[in-house]
Amino acid sequence: MRAVDLAVVGAGPAGLTTAIEGAKRGCVTVVVDRNPKPGGQLIKQIHKFFGSREHQAGTRGVNIAQRLFREAQALGVTLMLGWDAYDIKPGRLEVVRTSFVELTSDRPAVPFRGATKTESINAEKIVLATGAEENAIHFDGWTLPGVMGAGAAQTMINVWRVLPGNRVLMVGSGNVGLIVTYQLLQAGAGVAAIVEAANKIGGYGVHAAKVRRAGVPILTTHTVVEARGDSRVTGAVIAQLDTSWNPVPGSEKTFDVDTICVATGLRPNTRLASLAGCQLSSSPVLGGWVPIHNNRLETTVSGIYVAGDVSGIEEASTALEEGRLAGISAASSLGKKGACDEEEIRTIDERLCNLRGGPFCQPIQDAKQELVKIGESACPKE
Amino acid sequence: MRVAHHPILGDLPKLRETKIQVDGKQIPAVAGEPIAAALAAAGIRVHRYTAQRSEPRGIFCAIGQCTDCAMTVNGIPNVRTCITPVVDGMVVETQHGSGQGNPR
Amino acid sequence: MSEGIAVNGYVSQQELEQSPGYPSLERLQQGPVAVIECPQEIPCNPCEQACPYQAITVGEPITNCPQLHEAKCIGCGVCIAQCPGLAIFLVDLTYSEGLAAVAFPYEYLPLPDVGQKVTAVDRAGKPVCEAEVIKVMNAKANDRTPVITVSMPREHATTVRSISCPGR
Repeated sequence: MRAVDLAVVGAGPAGLTTAIEGAKRGCVTVVVDRNPKPGGQLIKQIHKFFGSREHQAGTRGVNIAQRLFREAQALGVTLMLGWDAYDIKPGRLEVVRTSFVELTSDRPAVPFRGATKTESINAEKIVLATGAEENAIHFDGWTLPGVMGAGAAQTMINVWRVLPGNRVLMVGSGNVGLIVTYQLLQAGAGVAAIVEAANKIGGYGVHAAKVRRAGVPILTTHTVVEARGDSRVTGAVIAQLDTSWNPVPGSEKTFDVDTICVATGLRPNTRLASLAGCQLSSSPVLGGWVPIHNNRLETTVSGIYVAGDVSGIEEASTALEEGRLAGISAASSLGKKGACDEEEIRTIDERLCNLRGGPFCQPIQDAKQELVKIGESACPKE
Repeated sequence: MRVAHHPILGDLPKLRETKIQVDGKQIPAVAGEPIAAALAAAGIRVHRYTAQRSEPRGIFCAIGQCTDCAMTVNGIPNVRTCITPVVDGMVVETQHGSGQGNPR
Repeated sequence: MSEGIAVNGYVSQQELEQSPGYPSLERLQQGPVAVIECPQEIPCNPCEQACPYQAITVGEPITNCPQLHEAKCIGCGVCIAQCPGLAIFLVDLTYSEGLAAVAFPYEYLPLPDVGQKVTAVDRAGKPVCEAEVIKVMNAKANDRTPVITVSMPREHATTVRSISCPGR
């Protein structure tokens, strides 16, 4: 049993910045993450980030994660890596160890051969920085080994340094599909094609341009209809779609691939938020069901906050900012304020506004504003 | 296949090598990597078979959310191999169904 | 969003020539100059700060498309590796008699050697012509974004944007 001021679920960009801001203001802070390595999705982003200098533009995501982890450790944040939060009530988290080795930051790794170990964490404030889950699309053979999320392939090549296969079909041309295609090429895999159901490419033109000049075709108005193979993928069949999204008979093409990566969007990982009783709102633009929150990132359950992709699918840059905001908010509600909290919050709000500017992000800006409007009446008042 | 040389990540660092047992066969592993990484490097893609129709399943999300990669490890069923680091001499078995009937 | 980039995944030469800041023929004929192929409003501005001669403007908001001021651009190429989108190229129509030089970012292995003959490809990855590698720069300050310069017949300088990667 542990007792802390602030418990953070998820050691990704949002979780780490939450912990850092909380710890800076004197909160006894613990971060829990089921993965053996901290950094969330940041550690797989080996490309240079966009944005501006304040948003770490030009820096590779993986380097940002290292910086944050060291900063959190230096501030005395306890990082429980390899621990999964499986139950939650206001003020209390239940966690279970997922690995056979102890991986906490305040003790060296020790083999643990005992039975499953659980722990309870009493925390006045809990921030859920649980990120996102990859969506799947269903087609014949979609459950075969070799069909995986694009993020899964990215984890394999950039964290584990292992190829998921030798020849890939990428389904989806949003930024995830485009970036992971590029990274598969860098790791030495071949990518036969990217198929995109819509009639235009979903992600940034510059990401598309990189893979196009590497010779990867992007087939708009196409989708995958079958994964072939007995115990693993040995081929993929694609077809053209008509304007009603139906496959056009006779348009099928077969690709000789051993891997199919699905990059068809992310949805907020709201499992713990739901368990805790947080009200959710349906927002397709933000990825699906999203916990209602106010502008201080507090949910409809007092003492439980959200930050990062769980509060709406966006970017690493917005996750970093929202984490800071959640950390400041949670600490402030415990009476632990920083000397310039108001100014810092204003700066964060401005930066979030800038990040959400431009035609690509306007719908997200609108959706977040709508969510927060609901939150202003549904969430606890300060 | 391991990515030995990478334009951004550089050369594979010299990490401690170890061995784990998968369905009775020894396969090489790198200390600290998830079990699923060692399997993928060895070209093993099927982690388990489903309970009702015995259909093969392998990695899907790779970050411990979907459970498609679950196998029986050291006699314990339903271990998510994508987030569980290898330990020297670990015994890993392809799981059938929910793994209740696996001999210890 | 321009038709070219939305469907093909790359800008057409025509779209590019109509975008503000695309160097004039006069400037192209004077010597090496940057060509920025970034036609969408995305929040990004490292190119503005990268240029030692302030030849690139993005301004506020940072979703503005970058604009090159050709008179200030001396063709140093520092911007190429600083662009996170790998969307900036250097074109030198004056390289030598009948030959132009194009510099582009290239984050793959193996890196070619200087003097090596390679296949130059266009924005669609289609082979265009044989080219010779004249420079491979991989400065630490560029954080693992090598910049390769190749020479090729001058008429291909507006289309060549990379080289074919072996084994793809």
